[in-house]
Amino acid sequence: MSYKFHQFQVVGRALPTESDEHPKIYRMKLWATNEVRAKSKFWYYLRKLKKVKKSNGQMLAINEIFEKNPTTIKNYGIWLRYQSRTGYHNMYKEYRDTTLNGSIEQMYTEMASRHRVRHHCIQVIKTATIPAKLCKRESTKQFHNSKIKFPLVFKKVRPPTRKLKTTYKASRPNLFV
Amino acid sequence: MPFKRYVEVGRVALVNYGKDYGKLVVIVDVIDQNRALVDAPDMVRGQINFKRLTLTDIKIDIKRVPNKKTLIAALEAGDVKNKWENSSWGRKLIVQKKRASLNDFDRFKIMLAKIKKAGVVRQELAKLKKEAA
Repeated sequence: MSYKFHQFQVVGRALPTESDEHPKIYRMKLWATNEVRAKSKFWYYLRKLKKVKKSNGQMLAINEIFEKNPTTIKNYGIWLRYQSRTGYHNMYKEYRDTTLNGSIEQMYTEMASRHRVRHHCIQVIKTATIPAKLCKRESTKQFHNSKIKFPLVFKKVRPPTRKLKTTYKASRPNLFV
Repeated sequence: MPFKRYVEVGRVALVNYGKDYGKLVVIVDVIDQNRALVDAPDMVRGQINFKRLTLTDIKIDIKRVPNKKTLIAALEAGDVKNKWENSSWGRKLIVQKKRASLNDFDRFKIMLAKIKKAGVVRQELAKLKKEAA
C-alpha cells in the first residue's frame, strides 16, 4: 500500500551567532509527500512560532517515521486547523485505519470532498491513537463490534485486469452478491 | 432473496482483482465500511477493499485478528482447502487453470480423447435408436 503522505521528523535550529552560541533545537513531526516538502513545511511552521527563517537557520536531521504495527486496526483522532472561504476553523476528525499515514490521507481527501479545502490550507495540530472507549464519532463507533456481520449488498462486476476491459458485453451482469 | 454470505470475522473470500488475484483469504477484521483486514497463510496480514473480494460460502471459527499460527490451525480444522477444491466453484477454477497451462501435446491428447468419447456416445445412441425403432 503506497501512501501519498509520509510522516517525517524534522529537526532544526537557528544558526549560532555571537550573541547566542547554542540556539534551541526544535523538532517537528509533520506530513508531506516528500522530504523536500517536509523541510519547507518545517520552516513554515517554525517561522510562525519563533523568529527564525530558513536563511538564518540550519536543518539538523530529517527522518521518515514508519508505522510500528501496520497490521493492526487503530482508531485515529486528528485535530486540524483549516482555512475555509470565510475564515479559519478547528476540527476534530476520527478515522479507522491500519496506519497513521493512511488515516492522514483519508483526512485530506475527506476535507477536500466535504469542505472543498485543498491540502495546503490544512494544518494538522495533533494526532492520536484513540482507544475504542473514547471515540466520539458514531461512524467509527459502529465498527467497534467483535461480532460484526453485514452482507455486501451490491456486487460490482469488473474484469480482473484492465486489459480485459471491453466496451460491449454479451450479457447483462448479475449484480446480486 | 435474503443474504446468505456475510462479511464477518472468519469468512473466506476470493480475491478477484489486483496483485493477489485468485487467492483465498480470510477476513480477520473489518476496518470500516469499505475495507477489511485479511490474512492468508502465505501473505502478510493487510487491508483490502471489499470491491476486490468475492465472498464464499466457507466460514471458519476464529476470534477477531488471530495470530498466524491460530489462523493456520483454524484453516486446517475447518478443512477449507478440501471444501474449496470440492465445491463446484473451486473445481471450475482448477479446470480453468489447467486449461490455461496446457501445451500443444496436451491439447492433442485432449482432442483424441474427445473424439473417442464422442465415438462411444454415438455408438450408444445408435443402439438406443435401433431398439426404439
